[in-house]
Amino acid sequence: MRVELNGEAVETEAATLAAFVIDRDFDPEIVATALNGEFVPRFERADTPLAEGDRVEVFSPRQGG
Amino acid sequence: MTDTPTRSAPDDALDLYGTRVTSRFLLGTARYPSPDHLRRAVTRSGAEIVTVSLRRESTGGDKAGHAFWHLVRELGVKVLPNTAGCHSARDAIKTALMAREVFGTPWIKLEVIGDEATLQPDPFGLVEAARELSSQGFEVFPYMTDDLVLADRLLEAGCKVLMPWGSPIGSGRGLNNPYALRLLRAHVPGVPLIVDAGLGAPSHAAAAMELGFDAILLNTAVATAGDPPAMAEAFGKAIEAGRTGFLAGIMEQYDLATASTPVFGAPFSPFAG
Repeated sequence: MRVELNGEAVETEAATLAAFVIDRDFDPEIVATALNGEFVPRFERADTPLAEGDRVEVFSPRQGG
Repeated sequence: MTDTPTRSAPDDALDLYGTRVTSRFLLGTARYPSPDHLRRAVTRSGAEIVTVSLRRESTGGDKAGHAFWHLVRELGVKVLPNTAGCHSARDAIKTALMAREVFGTPWIKLEVIGDEATLQPDPFGLVEAARELSSQGFEVFPYMTDDLVLADRLLEAGCKVLMPWGSPIGSGRGLNNPYALRLLRAHVPGVPLIVDAGLGAPSHAAAAMELGFDAILLNTAVATAGDPPAMAEAFGKAIEAGRTGFLAGIMEQYDLATASTPVFGAPFSPFAG
């Protein structure tokens, strides 16, 4: 299935957001996730199914002022 | 020169939502020439708190955010995540929720930007977001202007620390309106006030501390200096000097001279007796 990851189209077989995070090699403890513009807390990722065309965003710590 | 931290007096701790810190210098982590410059600047500054942000992680093999997080953890400092780049209360609240999960802290430097050219905070969005986040257990550090009524509204919304700007972020202009800052200091005695943004030189930081502000948060002036670790130390010393001067009690200003050397008994003086 085809989803969008941080603005880029990617192919994935992951059925859930939790599986997708692992599949794409992110550390699940270091990142925050959003699906179609809404924050999905870490404990809800395993119960959040992915569907064709979903927009996934993965955020991580960055320099800031 | 070795990177020894600037030290503050241990008996002059600053209480931020029940967390006591001895350094009154909060340092940003952006815009350094290299991670090593950042590491050395944090060490030389003596800062116990650094600001961080959340951004989209790279999707390839290079996980820049992961590497940065490991660096910050090695520094052993507390982190104050920000909501930089948010232009609405809604976006700031969403960013804060994600930051709390990633960084594991209820602290949030709340930024809701209202004007793109000056990055002036939107006071209405700021109060709205501060109220919601406080009700959800966040400990909010709002980046605000020097407006007295805004300060009152933010305190009513649950904030226990306020962070007025010195001047626009990254401008290096120092304290644009010392009069307003002095009024604000007097308006909310006992509330920790951190001057955040716009400082360019160590003397700006000393001036803010001499006005009775409790701490300084800055980034650009250190990160873009010719020698960031040395500038971090310079700011650390200026903050320390300003604080010590404030506590010591700064003299009144007068229009005319008052001789400091005793006049009585001076050679050839008509008062020589």
